[in-house]
Amino acid sequence: MPDPGLSRYLGFPGWLPLWLLAVAAFTLFGRRVVRIVRVLGRARPENRWDQAPRRVAYAVAQVFGQQRLVEERAIGVAHLAIFWAFVFFATSFFWNLVRGLLPFLPVPYADEVVWMAVPMEVLGALALVGLVVAAVRRYVFTPPGLERTRDASIVLGLITLLLVTFLGAEGARALAGGAEASGLPVGAPLGRAWAALGIGPAHVPNLYLSLWWAHMATVLGFLAYLPYSKHGHLIFAPFGVFFTSLERGAMPAESEGAARLEDFTWRQLFNGLSCAECGRCERACPAHSSGYALNPRELVHKVKELVTAAVAAPKPVAHVPAAEGGNGNGHDAPRFVGGVVRAEEIWACTTCMACMTRCPVFNEHIPLIVEMRRHLVSQGELEQRLQDVLVNLGRYGNSFGKSARTRAAWTTGLEAPIKDARKEPVEYLWLVGDYASYDPRAQEVTRAAARVFQRVGLDFGILYDGEQNAGNDVRRIGEEGLFGVLKDKNLKALEKARFAKIVTTDPHTYHAVKHEYDGGNGSGPLRGIEVLHVAELLDRLLGEGRLSFASPVTATVTYHDPCYLGRYNGVYEPPRRVLEALGARLVEMPRNRDEAACCGAGGGRIWMEDVAGVTERPAETRIKEAAGVRGAQRLVVSCPKDLVMFQDALKTTQLEGSLVVQDLVQLVESAGATAVRSDAHVRA
Amino acid sequence: MNIVVLMKMVPDIVEELEIAPDGKSLDLEAIRPIVSERDDHALEQALLLKERSGGSVTALAFESRDVDEVLFTALAKGVDRAVKVSAGEEPLSTAEAAALMARVLPGVPNLMPADLILTGCQGIDDLDGVIAPCLAEHLRTPYLGIITGIETKEAGHATVYKEFAGGSRGQYVICLPAVLGVQAAEKPPRYVPVAKVRAVMKSRTIECVAAPAKEEASQLAIGAMTKPQAAGRAEMLEGDPTAVAAKVVEILSARGLA
Amino acid sequence: MAGNVWVLAEQWRGRLSDVTFELLALGRELATGLGTRLEAVLLGKDAGGLAAGLGAADGVLYVEHPTLAEPNPEAQCHALATLVEARKPHALLLPLSNVSADVVGLLPARLKIPLVNFCRDVTVADGQLQARAVLYGGKLEVTLAVPSPAVVGVLPGSRPASEGRKDGAPAVEDVKVTFPAEARVRFEQYIDPAPGDVDLTQQAALVSVGRGIQTKDNIELAEELAQALGGAVSASRPVIDQGWLPLTRQVGKSGATVKPKLYVAAGISGAPEHVEGMKGAELIIAINTDPQAPIFAVAHYGIVGDVLEVLPALTEAVKAKKG
Repeated sequence: MPDPGLSRYLGFPGWLPLWLLAVAAFTLFGRRVVRIVRVLGRARPENRWDQAPRRVAYAVAQVFGQQRLVEERAIGVAHLAIFWAFVFFATSFFWNLVRGLLPFLPVPYADEVVWMAVPMEVLGALALVGLVVAAVRRYVFTPPGLERTRDASIVLGLITLLLVTFLGAEGARALAGGAEASGLPVGAPLGRAWAALGIGPAHVPNLYLSLWWAHMATVLGFLAYLPYSKHGHLIFAPFGVFFTSLERGAMPAESEGAARLEDFTWRQLFNGLSCAECGRCERACPAHSSGYALNPRELVHKVKELVTAAVAAPKPVAHVPAAEGGNGNGHDAPRFVGGVVRAEEIWACTTCMACMTRCPVFNEHIPLIVEMRRHLVSQGELEQRLQDVLVNLGRYGNSFGKSARTRAAWTTGLEAPIKDARKEPVEYLWLVGDYASYDPRAQEVTRAAARVFQRVGLDFGILYDGEQNAGNDVRRIGEEGLFGVLKDKNLKALEKARFAKIVTTDPHTYHAVKHEYDGGNGSGPLRGIEVLHVAELLDRLLGEGRLSFASPVTATVTYHDPCYLGRYNGVYEPPRRVLEALGARLVEMPRNRDEAACCGAGGGRIWMEDVAGVTERPAETRIKEAAGVRGAQRLVVSCPKDLVMFQDALKTTQLEGSLVVQDLVQLVESAGATAVRSDAHVRA
Repeated sequence: MNIVVLMKMVPDIVEELEIAPDGKSLDLEAIRPIVSERDDHALEQALLLKERSGGSVTALAFESRDVDEVLFTALAKGVDRAVKVSAGEEPLSTAEAAALMARVLPGVPNLMPADLILTGCQGIDDLDGVIAPCLAEHLRTPYLGIITGIETKEAGHATVYKEFAGGSRGQYVICLPAVLGVQAAEKPPRYVPVAKVRAVMKSRTIECVAAPAKEEASQLAIGAMTKPQAAGRAEMLEGDPTAVAAKVVEILSARGLA
Repeated sequence: MAGNVWVLAEQWRGRLSDVTFELLALGRELATGLGTRLEAVLLGKDAGGLAAGLGAADGVLYVEHPTLAEPNPEAQCHALATLVEARKPHALLLPLSNVSADVVGLLPARLKIPLVNFCRDVTVADGQLQARAVLYGGKLEVTLAVPSPAVVGVLPGSRPASEGRKDGAPAVEDVKVTFPAEARVRFEQYIDPAPGDVDLTQQAALVSVGRGIQTKDNIELAEELAQALGGAVSASRPVIDQGWLPLTRQVGKSGATVKPKLYVAAGISGAPEHVEGMKGAELIIAINTDPQAPIFAVAHYGIVGDVLEVLPALTEAVKAKKG
């Protein structure tokens, strides 16, 4: 086959126009990437370079393994084929480019090497099938959340073109004949197709060269185009994965919040660049499906637009302060936070983390929202009911506005008094939580938990009125200062108490105390203290043979994974093992474990007003899903907010006859849980 | 427009109130002070006026437990000055406080004359006086109370809205300087984040002023202080909602109401 | 001999307020106890005719002036101060209503005489008035002797208004008072809420919602019960402040005072300002999750429960009864 680098065109050797094309393409590409990096440089710093080896391993596994993509089967497999074809084709492109630019190099072209050509042919063909699937899905069966943008069409077209030109060239190669040519899996049949079209051996060199140049021009054009398009995820996403947070669900470092581009960190802005606009986050978001203003895909898209506008703009002018409506670009445009991104969108989030769990490029939607909420809070732009709750939390340590002295009022009526961990040492310090202490419905469960602990002989105590709201949701609302106040008060009370481990019946308390009370470097007063959710504790007691049930619960149940226990902390199996040990027959809801649909209370939403335009509240959707589980008599929950939200939803959906909502500990109590006495076991 | 806002601390009634051993007064050690609710509204109204028409707002309070946080919060909300008046250890009755405040105000540097003095129209401990009208009398300025709206478009006058019953309001014009007793601000008191109050505590100071010796004494002597006996109590209906509903319907049909 | 017991005969927009009759009933008891006269002070413009309703008093002092046409605390204070200085009554009872509250604060300061505020009851002992006042939102009560002369601020509900309504025209004395030339406070106009679809005072049954209703949407549960009962929905102040119902639906001190045959207080705690507006209802049924809620002290029947559960149950039961 002719050497494209040395072939002559209008008297010029091929490497000359190739150099010109390459320089042009790379210059365009490079300039744009440099400008993007400069804009990111204007944002706040954030250290995402730590633990580099771990990051590399993670990125390699996720980017090449494409694990999250195949969650949506059809498009996932199609994308896998396209991606892997891309890997080979990118390699071959650079190989061929270098070889074409420097024809004196004593190496063959990539497609002349069998172990490149054959995989490329196979993957190329599979990728074409994948593209057909993608195109049909995009244009015929358009899934919700998928926007049919011009950029996307161009990219689809370019990829198709580069595949087709390559395969066509392989066909030409096969037509030229030769031993290895007949073994080409796709090339050989294509060669025959060319022959059928009347292409004779004399035409082959020109056919091959035309297709070779068409291919190179397409790829060079694609390269130059990518960073200007809205589909730059091809370049940016792998970096996004490398730079993703290693602590799932972690809050951004303390800040005053973000009002304009410069207030975000570069990684937060990078979300916009990484985003492929696939819409998985949108499809998973409970706020969005209920009709709230929030659309996580659109939110990230707006960040993308913010960045691209800044890249396209001339040198930034003296910035107009956010309070005067400036958006950091010096224009008279509406402000970004509160304007382009409306307050309703920002407040609609329940922080359930479904979006981040599904995102194939590991974008971090919640830190974006929290940064924006911090800004709104600093401006006092939060709804009245939320303001009142924050005032109550700051003043009384609970969201109900009741005196802290009544925090342990739920204990009246218990047969045996509960130890005060501030006065006597206990093995387990039970952090009860706000709702569990003050809400009358949740108090029923709290008392059941107390009775269970007592029946199984657990050495436990509570802090009585020394306990304050753990602050998990206060933090997610964006009131960092108040979170700090609550945390300090709780840590002070914890310092005075004597205990070996912490157990809690509230997943929000669990998450905050376990991950956000230590100061990050493990040096705080909770260093080394194990924090358990009651489901984990019961599971452990079962595993150690210290717990037995007198009368099994023979009901058919379904279980709802709380967001802060499940997605945030991966605690899926312990409650299930407890249910199994109880004798209950567990039938899963269609969306379970990390797909569990949020009840809608998190992120402070339980303290916010209902919003007009909400078609069906998240809890109502979920309760219908639970009621739809064949034979399920009970919905088992493990969070006081879930209990309250689902009991309310039962009424508003009029499903009271179909289902009963119960907490795991209530089932444990009804099964007659008792301690198993074992002389071999020594209690600390 | 120069506005002065007077704020006072009262016992927080979310907490239990205990009677002192003398049987006549409140156990002040046991209470948790909170800013009087209507004074918080007065502050908000003053800030709204400042945002609309400019000027300066000074928050003023007698020294008492936890008042510093209230004044720093006021500064964080946007008042220009915060002044704390120390008046000795003895708690002041409302009438005593009004008389004393009238003598303190002229002595605060660069404060008077104020165009408007705003404070709550009522406090939960106003047994022997109501501070706003009392102060107006001492200062010989006009007064109007139960105010839910203020407009200050022209110099020398303010248009104010006073709440009556049935949702009706009265529109009045009052000559300035005046004292106004605020029932509710046009918007609920704004939230200020903890971080902002903390920052203000570091960067701003509360001015301190000493009050002259108290001259007027309350003319009331409390005989006894007690917890109110429930005058009557409802007959409680027990049972689940369905059972209770059945009982209610019985009661209603006995009276021909259902 | 002690001076007379005076009562301010509050009138508003051409009508004597109910609280005036409550004060007359109270004042009569005190005057009898002190062995002295009960006099009503009436202020207004062209309001002399109202004196005919003040039969419970021994005499009426009427001050006529243009500035007294609508509530004007400055003018009222001036008129009352002039009268008190001239006639030296033993005590002056003023109602703690929105119309007269300002005067309660101004008058004692003007006259430099004591005020006894927040009085729930006043009695006579050993020739002296004894007051029982409430403080701290009703959480504590104090009893104290009332000095003389003094202004006594009396809370609505001290006596039944019916006891203060007596026929018979009392002796009316027109008193001339000189007013300052310049009025520093001038009434301009009333701003009345847009006439609502519903006049709460005409309803036989009211289902009233408070904070316990939790969300705007849940008000529908109250609507359904109200409809089943043939009444209307009203609300306490927090619900109105949220904007969930218009001002015309507010019951309480700044809202409507209602006396329906049936008043269902759903999720209302029972703050004094609200109770003032509904305590006259014939049958009060209260629903609240807090067994200590003050509403249970004024209700005839109480249910400790969640309004979101009880209201639908009630609606169903009422509908079933009606067939």
